[in-house]
Amino acid sequence: MDHPFAITLDTGTSLANHTGSWRTSRPVYVDRLPPCNHACPAGENIQAWLSHAEAGEYEAAWRVLTQDNPMPAVMGRVCYHPCETACNRAQIDEAVGINSVERFLGDEAIKQGWKFSPLETESGKRVLVVGAGPSGLSAAYHLRRLGHEVEIFEAGPLAGGMMRFGIPKYRLPRDVLDAEIARILDLGVTLNLNVKVVNILETMIMRGFHAAFLAVGAHIAKRAYIPAGEAAKILDAIAVLRSMEGEAKPLLGRRVVVYGGGNTALDVARTAKRLGATDAIIVYRRTRDRMPAHDFELEEALEEGVMMKWLSTIKRMDDGVITVEKMVLDATGFPQPTGEFETLEADSLVLALGQDVDLSLLNGVPELNIKDGVVQVGANLMTGYPGIFAGGDMVPAERTVTVAVGHGKKAARHIDAWLRGGAYEPAPRHEIAAFDQLNAWYYADAPKTVRPMLEMARRRATFEEVTQGLDETNALYEARRCLSCGNCFECDNCYGVCPDNAVIKLGPGNRFKFDYDFCKGCGVCAQECPCGAIMMVPEAI
Amino acid sequence: MTDVSTTSAVTQKLRFYQKGTFTVGNRLVSERERSVQASIDRSNALTCGHRACQGCGEALGARYAIDAAMRATGGKLIAVNATGCLEVFTTPYPETSWQVAWVHSLFGNAAAVATGVAAAMRVKGRGDVRAIAQGGDGGTTDIGFGCLSGMFERNDDVLYICYDNEAYMNTGVQRSSATPPAARTATTPAIGSEPGNVFGTGKSVPKIAMAHGIPYVATASVADLHDLERKVTKAMGIRGARYIHVHVPCPLGWGSAAHDTIRLARLAVESGLFPVFEAEHGHLTASRKIRRKVPVTEYLQPQKRFAHLFSSEHGPQQVAKLQAVADRNIVEFHLLDQEGDV
Amino acid sequence: MAEGIAFCRPEVVCAYPITPQTHIVEALGEMVRTGELKHCEFINVESEFAALSVAIGASAAGARAYTATASQGLLFMAEAVYNASGLGLPIVMTLGNRAIGAPINIWNDHSDAMSMRDAGWMQLFAETNQEAVDLHIQAFRLAEELSMPVMVCVDGFILTHAVERIDIPDQADVDAFLPPYEPVQVLDPEQPISIGAMVGPEAFTEVRYLQNYKQNLALRLLPEFAAEFEARFGRDSGGLLRTYRADDADLLVVAMGSVNGTIKDTIDEMRADGVRVGLVTLVSFRPFPTQALREALVAAKHVVVIEKSFAIGMGGQLANNVDLALRNAAGAPQVHSVIAGLGGRPIIRPSLHKVLRRAVADPWEGMHFLDLNETIIAKELHHVRKVRRSGPTAENILRHLSVGMQQEAAK
Repeated sequence: MDHPFAITLDTGTSLANHTGSWRTSRPVYVDRLPPCNHACPAGENIQAWLSHAEAGEYEAAWRVLTQDNPMPAVMGRVCYHPCETACNRAQIDEAVGINSVERFLGDEAIKQGWKFSPLETESGKRVLVVGAGPSGLSAAYHLRRLGHEVEIFEAGPLAGGMMRFGIPKYRLPRDVLDAEIARILDLGVTLNLNVKVVNILETMIMRGFHAAFLAVGAHIAKRAYIPAGEAAKILDAIAVLRSMEGEAKPLLGRRVVVYGGGNTALDVARTAKRLGATDAIIVYRRTRDRMPAHDFELEEALEEGVMMKWLSTIKRMDDGVITVEKMVLDATGFPQPTGEFETLEADSLVLALGQDVDLSLLNGVPELNIKDGVVQVGANLMTGYPGIFAGGDMVPAERTVTVAVGHGKKAARHIDAWLRGGAYEPAPRHEIAAFDQLNAWYYADAPKTVRPMLEMARRRATFEEVTQGLDETNALYEARRCLSCGNCFECDNCYGVCPDNAVIKLGPGNRFKFDYDFCKGCGVCAQECPCGAIMMVPEAI
Repeated sequence: MTDVSTTSAVTQKLRFYQKGTFTVGNRLVSERERSVQASIDRSNALTCGHRACQGCGEALGARYAIDAAMRATGGKLIAVNATGCLEVFTTPYPETSWQVAWVHSLFGNAAAVATGVAAAMRVKGRGDVRAIAQGGDGGTTDIGFGCLSGMFERNDDVLYICYDNEAYMNTGVQRSSATPPAARTATTPAIGSEPGNVFGTGKSVPKIAMAHGIPYVATASVADLHDLERKVTKAMGIRGARYIHVHVPCPLGWGSAAHDTIRLARLAVESGLFPVFEAEHGHLTASRKIRRKVPVTEYLQPQKRFAHLFSSEHGPQQVAKLQAVADRNIVEFHLLDQEGDV
Repeated sequence: MAEGIAFCRPEVVCAYPITPQTHIVEALGEMVRTGELKHCEFINVESEFAALSVAIGASAAGARAYTATASQGLLFMAEAVYNASGLGLPIVMTLGNRAIGAPINIWNDHSDAMSMRDAGWMQLFAETNQEAVDLHIQAFRLAEELSMPVMVCVDGFILTHAVERIDIPDQADVDAFLPPYEPVQVLDPEQPISIGAMVGPEAFTEVRYLQNYKQNLALRLLPEFAAEFEARFGRDSGGLLRTYRADDADLLVVAMGSVNGTIKDTIDEMRADGVRVGLVTLVSFRPFPTQALREALVAAKHVVVIEKSFAIGMGGQLANNVDLALRNAAGAPQVHSVIAGLGGRPIIRPSLHKVLRRAVADPWEGMHFLDLNETIIAKELHHVRKVRRSGPTAENILRHLSVGMQQEAAK
């Protein structure tokens, strides 16, 4: 068609006008570090696996998760989820139930029988792992995936460490633990039980290990001097919990007093209740707010009838009676004796005053730095002795399963690099995706699901798992509450809100690209990106 | 494992898509349920290279509306444009950024020209090709009002879309009958005891459209894409005179930041100052409820055209009057009632 | 006329009522209703501005569009008039020539057509009712050939309301003469284009130049179409101009529209008296047939231009254009300007006789207003000089007139 000159124009002619020249700042896509990822001691890419989970791609989610942490079913039960504490969603309604979803994925993996992908290469190197607790198992897993030959020497009769011998069954069922351990061993990790390493250097040389990761944990109960009569029954918490794994359950009597304020104290008290104690009383020298135990565990314990005796220390124990002194906090928060006493009837006293590490295997190893009962390590988790690495409760750190698992991964990477003659350089971290970078409007109001709890009567009577998991609908719901902080989830907002049609959609999974020929730099895309994955940077003029 | 009946499970109302429910697209829902704008195949009726200001709300609104209409009609659409920003920034010789059949005649006759287009299509047996007339508030509420009313009264098969940025922007921000009270424009300066546009003037063309009894009237905002698309789609499914009034912020004329365009449109709706509703044959049929109500100040503060409200002695009084306007809208259009109420 | 237009198969008809064109459109509307005129959309619009706008939309979308108006209505649609020609849309409009107010006057003169003579529309003036019908048929053909709108000017009341025997053409003949509309540009969803761009200084001049060039092509097309029309319909209608007894004339009259009938009668009478007088009837006012007119007039000694309008502060538009046509021609005749028939005042033969003779015997400078009431003028001028707040001129004249009439009656 012949068009009248100038009055009539053909379509597409505006594409000659490159309005990109108007810009004074340009949008760029960024990947920011979600606070959950940042907070996870095991370094899980939480946002990434939640992204798979919310699409119903559970296996893919599990595989992403297990890139970093081989035991999600365990984590989903015992981890204190600092990810949830850091979660930006809490500023809209409540934190995403990351822990619940992790548990769901872990349980699903066990149910479906998913296995880790087979290895591609073998390095020919041999690494010794001492201790089959969470740290050791994690290190073994990661080392094996990196292609190294791994052998675990575990002093005890079963693998699991504190997961088996410290955490009660009602929090972590043993079949779950066994399944996740088995899956690690199926990668080709050799587990030697009932083997206590007495001298690490000798063992390494004799058995031909190129490097070692020590994760013996802290299994020695701290003691306090408490004057006691002959018949006074005083036990330590570790022994009590350990003996729960055996056939013979500990006999604690009808009235049990537990001394200490940590999670172990609570675990023992709740265990005592389940064993049939009428009274389980925790004596703690300070107050609730100073108690190291997690508040939710205290809540559960109180619901189950555990009683608390705050601001009290134990002076002595005689047969059936404990003498307690009342304390008062001074100006610095330190408890001071008041001189007032009272008595408690008790069949047994369980001490839960902390744990120490058995460092005997390190005897004779030069260049080590041992301080405060733990081994000092560098940022690469290597001790002073080259080739000997350590992690978990035996190094200075917060003592949780997740931290231990994180150490295992980190050590494995450093060991791997060290074995190759180099050093592992972790990638520089992106800036953290803060809440004020999000556009919260785009997230629908959706409060957190709450994991169903076992009814009280059953809780008290049995060791069945107290906290139930989410079913699929709930897990999906929960995963979809994730804001995907700092990471594009292909919501199409930028593609839709650009007044200049200057965002190119690259297709599912490929995100978007800015058409800088036409982008005028208005910044609406950055403003309307729900997850803060677009940043405006000044143009170099 | 225990069965569900014995656990004290907390039941939740399951809404699956809470992440991305309000976004343009959502990879978790089927393509059909996503907006037109989310699609890689959208018409881009208004494509790149146009000369709109950075962050122009009208450019956005026009693409939203016409793309939706293109999908609804299978591309069988002719657009008639009034003189104004939209026409000027899209068709400066030798460039046009329209990818649909498009004609521009005059400032005040878009509605009449569209009537002619619709008549031509009918007479040629191409009744499947639909006509859309579009213009700014100036071309619709003032100079185009006569032709608009004539089109309504005849119930011509035309959808008229007004992009309301609340002043004659293209000629330098002069007051129109759509300019809100207290707003500063070049012809309503912020001087004197009643700075800005005078209270008690202006007209609501959506309500006037309703008074004509036409089959469909709706207001919409660029802040709510899904709602806008739904309304355009619905309108294209109706024969006869239809009117959609879209609120579009103008960073230049309003004195706001270019990146705030959608945010301001949202605040206008959430404050109640711009009520979003639908009507058929003169009766209100639905309204979009306010999700998170805000006081009008939150909407007014980022705009320099309202700056005098926060620096002059008469300011607080005017703000209070504007708040009263918003509150009246909330009542009149049931903006805070439960879903299901009109 | 409505019937003639109906035979042209208009597809969209829209008009707003205004005297004197209303009944043409009413008739068309009825034909659409009865089904006599098929494939036609008839639209009742709310103003003339809307009427032409609807036609613009219809034409741009590929339909044959028609509308009609006069006087005030033409001015109300003025913006659209320029728009239609600027966009190159082949709309045909009947202009029922009527005086423009104030003062409001519903009777015939040519001031409305003159107000839009620069707008880029072609303007054809019909002399008779027959020619009025015929010109519409030729107008559609011309408009669509050039993609340019055409105004067919028809003297209000004189031609619009007269009853005259005319030949209604045959539908088949009209179809043969006027094929279906094939647009040069059209709004088509399958081949989208943008019509109506903003054109700046870099190209605007060229657009206007091309418009002018295009309209001048009509100077060739009009005679061609008239010839084709004559061959098919057996009538001499249209073309650029006609002459009557002009071959040996010393005195030539130039006029447009229905007044030519009266002038011919006058010429016949004068010829009987031995005066060598002839007539040039101008059909096409736009494009202005400069060359043809020059050839027709150059041999005469006197040219009297009789027109039904004038530009206040300047003079007769047609006289001015005739002057232009004769400029620099060797031995060109004197041009005398007569303004007659304003606001519907009848042009009578006795007055014509007088003025034509006077042009030769006692020529005047500038305009001569035919049958001007000098008494009223003198009184009004005197009144205005005496009293500063003299009131509206028109009302004063009416008062003088009525007083005068009373005085006459009293005699």
